[in-house]
Amino acid sequence: MSAQHVAYGSPPVGRATCDGRRAKTCAVLRPVSCLFCLVSWILCPAAGLAAGTTQIRGYVAGEGRYFYHYPSFADQERSNASVAAQPEYYHRWDNDSSLTFVPFGRVDSTDPERTHIDIRELNYDYIHPEFELRVGIGKVFWGATEFVHLVDVVNQTDWVEHIDGEDKLGQPMFEFAKAGAWGKIDVFILPYFRERTFPGLKGRLRPGITIDRDNPIFESPDKNNRWDFVARYSRTLGPCDFGIYIFNGTDRDPLLYPTTNDQGQPVLRPFYQEIEQIGLDLQWPTGNWIWKLEAIYRHGYFDGYFAATGGAEYTLVNVAETGTDLGLVLEYAFDDRGRLATTPYNNDAMVGLRISPKDAASTQILLGWIQNMDDSSKVAVVEASRRLGSHWKVSLDVWNFMGLAPGNLYYSLRADDFARLELAYYF
Amino acid sequence: MTQRHTRIIAVCGIAVSLAAGAPAQDPAQRGLAVAQEADRRYHGYGDFTAHLEMILRNSRGQESRRDIRIQGLEVAGDGDKSLCLFDSPADIKGTALLTYTHKTGDDDQWLYLPALKRIKRITSSNKSGSFVGSEFAYEDIAGQELEKHTHLHLRDEVLDGTDCLVIERTPVVQKNSGYSRQQVWIDKAEYRTLKVEFFDRRKALLKTLMVADYRKYADSLWRPGRMTMTNHQTGKSTELIWSDYQFQTGLKAGDFSTDNLLRVR
Repeated sequence: MSAQHVAYGSPPVGRATCDGRRAKTCAVLRPVSCLFCLVSWILCPAAGLAAGTTQIRGYVAGEGRYFYHYPSFADQERSNASVAAQPEYYHRWDNDSSLTFVPFGRVDSTDPERTHIDIRELNYDYIHPEFELRVGIGKVFWGATEFVHLVDVVNQTDWVEHIDGEDKLGQPMFEFAKAGAWGKIDVFILPYFRERTFPGLKGRLRPGITIDRDNPIFESPDKNNRWDFVARYSRTLGPCDFGIYIFNGTDRDPLLYPTTNDQGQPVLRPFYQEIEQIGLDLQWPTGNWIWKLEAIYRHGYFDGYFAATGGAEYTLVNVAETGTDLGLVLEYAFDDRGRLATTPYNNDAMVGLRISPKDAASTQILLGWIQNMDDSSKVAVVEASRRLGSHWKVSLDVWNFMGLAPGNLYYSLRADDFARLELAYYF
Repeated sequence: MTQRHTRIIAVCGIAVSLAAGAPAQDPAQRGLAVAQEADRRYHGYGDFTAHLEMILRNSRGQESRRDIRIQGLEVAGDGDKSLCLFDSPADIKGTALLTYTHKTGDDDQWLYLPALKRIKRITSSNKSGSFVGSEFAYEDIAGQELEKHTHLHLRDEVLDGTDCLVIERTPVVQKNSGYSRQQVWIDKAEYRTLKVEFFDRRKALLKTLMVADYRKYADSLWRPGRMTMTNHQTGKSTELIWSDYQFQTGLKAGDFSTDNLLRVR
């Protein structure tokens, strides 16, 4: 934008002094001073922000979780406190290429597995007029629906972070993209596989048997080093946005295989099969409705299966002239493996109500209800947040698991109803 | 969102022939002629970038701010495209809103959420909702395509020493608007919107917009520096301060693609 053009045109301080009789000295000093200028230009947030070429942002957050029932399993605790930080550094050269670095870390008071660091992003993005090339650790989201994310296949879930599954681990990748009036083709080579994170012994929201995260089983002889591949075509056609892809690689969703460890204790070992998967996502607005669909077909070590989730969101704007917007979400999730599915959402209906009072603090409340259609299992969710001042944000999440039936994948979470309060400082 | 204010401005104006004393037209013809002339004068910018500072004040005088970078692109034969990029408050930094306005039918709108790297389609047919908690509704900002209103010339009036035309603007599709009608003051000399009164569906005065500090860019483009929207029913107000206007910056359609939302910073 305008500001950055100005900044690109303004010479570094060192160069401005390199004239006339001082040229000789400058010739020696130039590389040093220019390097200094470059470094200070990159690192100085004030100058960078003004230029629009360097941006630093991120957050530091304190979190407390309280589980209001006694735990189902020995070692588990009633509550935990933690601190997390995710700074983000971004630099762009000449509008053509950019560097993004997003480290993340959390320290948790009770669960050592939840104390972890990750590089969410560290990638170099080259923009050519005809194509785009990204190399490094990146994050990609594909999907349309609100409750279940089926087609989002590139990044592994950082499950230990939050049970909503929306936190992702950084994925090493080469990405080649080409866009035109005909749509966009995205090709990814994913040369390293990230294993899913799970809560440890002391953590809640886990199965009764320990997950032996350190001893995963891979179908691929190359284990983590298998090169996965995905190609996606996406386009906006009329009012409709859609994407369709084919993925060949190691399944991000592990099967938890019951066995014993070296000490003879029962454990669950994550088994990562090799799969081929095709996926479709679609968003279609008409009037105040948006129709959404995600569908996949996946086959690999196990029998092929089909899964889909879809529904609609209806927005009521400025209800009764109160200024409040209401969003009503109706979705359904299906997995043709039924009880054998690696997801609890195999035949589930979801209802959500999003309340946005449109106040200066951007208050947002989401009420959700997930009902299994085969048994009595249901989950009630409240997510609420608002800004405090201009840099702070407070969020409250409440998850209640009700009537969980013994066959339900969430059965081990029956005592894990919790409230999570987070206070974050954004910069 | 880019052309929102300009649109409002654009809707005012009177046909040159009228000003010159051409044969009288009925109020509807004259109103449309004014709106068309203002629209014509607003356009021809090609593309632009600007910085927008938004100051929200509640009835107790408490303030909160948003910083937004805006870029817009004229599209031949259709509505304009715009991209809003939020720089503050910090928790929504990096959020982007992409809008394709259309002369008829619903606009297309996408929201980019940087934390999830998610591009979300959002509904845009009902434009009466607040824009990021401000006193400006989406329709005040992006819903002012000529074809979406009928116009009526009400009277000529002097506003703060400036000769103005007063135009009434009524939405064609009532259910998608929060207003029963708007009354717009447009100066006769340059067809700039100076004031707008918004009437709610019960026909009561809801809000008043005052537009000030106009500057001329690129020889012919008048753009305001300050817009103040006051809500008479809640006592809240929102001030928009525009700066760093640049025109013909070389933006292309590709800069307004959904794909580009993943890259904008």
